Amino acid sequence: MVTEQSAPAVRAEGLVKVLGGRRVVDGVDLEVPAGTVHALLGPNGAGKTTTVRLVTTLLRPDEGTAVVAGHDVRSAPDAARASLGLSGQYSAVDERLSGYENLQMLGRLYGLSRPASRDRANELLERFRLDDIGPRRVGAYSGGMKRRLDLAAALVARPQVVVLDEPTTGLDPRSRLDMWGVIEDLLTDGVAVLLTTQYLEEADRLADIITVIDEGRIIARGTSTELKDRVQGSRLEVQVDPDSSLETAAAALRRSGTGDSSVDERTRRVEVAVDGGPSVAMRALRALEDDGVTLTDVALHRSTLDDVFLALTGHPPAEDEAAYDEEPAEVAS
Amino acid sequence: MSARTASTGVLAGFGDTLRNGSVLTLRNLRHVVRIPGRIVTGVVQPVMFVLLFAFVFGGSLGGEEYRRFLMAGISTQTMVFNASFTAVGLANDFQTGMVERIRSLPMSPLAVVLGRAVSDLVVAVASLVVTALVGLAVGWRIQDSIGNAVLALLLLVLFGFVMTWVGATVGLFARSVEVAQSAGLIWLFPVSLVSTAFVSAANMPGPLSVVAAWNPVSAVATATRDLLGNPTPASLPQPDAWPLEHAGLYAVVSSLVVLAVFMPLALARYRALTKG
Repeated sequence: MVTEQSAPAVRAEGLVKVLGGRRVVDGVDLEVPAGTVHALLGPNGAGKTTTVRLVTTLLRPDEGTAVVAGHDVRSAPDAARASLGLSGQYSAVDERLSGYENLQMLGRLYGLSRPASRDRANELLERFRLDDIGPRRVGAYSGGMKRRLDLAAALVARPQVVVLDEPTTGLDPRSRLDMWGVIEDLLTDGVAVLLTTQYLEEADRLADIITVIDEGRIIARGTSTELKDRVQGSRLEVQVDPDSSLETAAAALRRSGTGDSSVDERTRRVEVAVDGGPSVAMRALRALEDDGVTLTDVALHRSTLDDVFLALTGHPPAEDEAAYDEEPAEVAS
Repeated sequence: MSARTASTGVLAGFGDTLRNGSVLTLRNLRHVVRIPGRIVTGVVQPVMFVLLFAFVFGGSLGGEEYRRFLMAGISTQTMVFNASFTAVGLANDFQTGMVERIRSLPMSPLAVVLGRAVSDLVVAVASLVVTALVGLAVGWRIQDSIGNAVLALLLLVLFGFVMTWVGATVGLFARSVEVAQSAGLIWLFPVSLVSTAFVSAANMPGPLSVVAAWNPVSAVATATRDLLGNPTPASLPQPDAWPLEHAGLYAVVSSLVVLAVFMPLALARYRALTKG
């Protein structure tokens, strides 16, 4: 019991899940101490959702295990579930019930008494700024409101661990900011948050620790600063005037960049990775000018998730493999 | 999965299941009231069938005598058709992620199906009441004791509960609302029409007549008719088959057999769909 206090709220070791003959999750370790946010960052199909489903007892791991608030998901899934709140990729709130009814019903299903579930529903509606539309049917809510309600639904039973599967996917920028604020507020309760995201920016803003996952494997882990250091560069792209030499431009950029420059003769574009931001780009442009190269266009691209992947794995993130992340229909046996 | 259920404790688990089932029943009933089409279908469908059969077929089959005969059949059919609502409702819960949310709660999966079965049954009984009122308007009467009429109602409720589990099985195998809608409707017609619910099974060709005689729908309709004291018109002779001569007994036994098959089937399917 004494050790439980210091133990992380979530600890997963060597999680493996094979779905459709593919190792969708392939040896994932995770730790989420109470009061911190751990982000699983990766493209569609990386195994983020499957990892979350293993941790939340919705799938049984083929190998390895996860312990949630001291309860092993394999041997005590009910107890693990009782300390978990899950808010999914798609809002699982009941559109035909009001926001209040949704929360109240979940309170009852979690075993709260009628008055307790009523109070809890009202408290959460107020906290998530949904109290004015609480009595209205969820079908009429905006996407952002639905997500907030879905998150509120995950908190009904005051879980020690909150798992958020792509909490802002599909939201407009304003609702996303809103949602981030709400997630940051969670930490004041001392809960442990495990969240998955495809957005570097989101992980950067919310997470204490980021785990980058690709094809079921962990390929990097660290604070956002640590990870950014590994992919801090940008890509400088210029379009060369037809009267200037492409070769000269390519050579000049090669000297300024961190790697070889790539040339597209048809569009007369030359591109190079640079180590640093605008100041490096300015120097590179000056070098081009000194060599007598005239430009028709210049662009400096900041690191994207694609670049993180390129830098960490040497290949761009897999194309839309969302289908693999879904649990295939299982036939009764 | 067995480890999961065992960890809750059987008795405590059952009490929780009933409580959770009732919470979900309430939720489903809220849905019924809020989906305009659902309540309209539940009420209009039996009314439409009463009027169609009573006046389209009734004229050729015996007028008022046929209308009295008809009501037990319509009531039984209402219970059969109830299964399609269960199928669609469960498929909808899967499709909208509701099951997923419920699944991350520490509760028994049985509660989901049980809540659905009970709420559909409540609606079915409401449909029965409307059907009976329309029946009264077209000349149907309870021609036996009130006690027996109550027994008839209980028999119909039992049969409706049984059919709900058949519908649950269909809905769980369909998984999508669209499939559940078509798959959930197609089998209802042969099951309710190849029976003595509306016509004479004796006039059907040999094998069909045997199927009709052993169809639980026939037994439920016949037993209901007997309990209500509604006579079978002489123009609609029924075959001398054992199930029809012992309609009450056979109705109850066959209902329990169907329940014993489909209840575990639906639950096994639910577990298979939601297992890790």
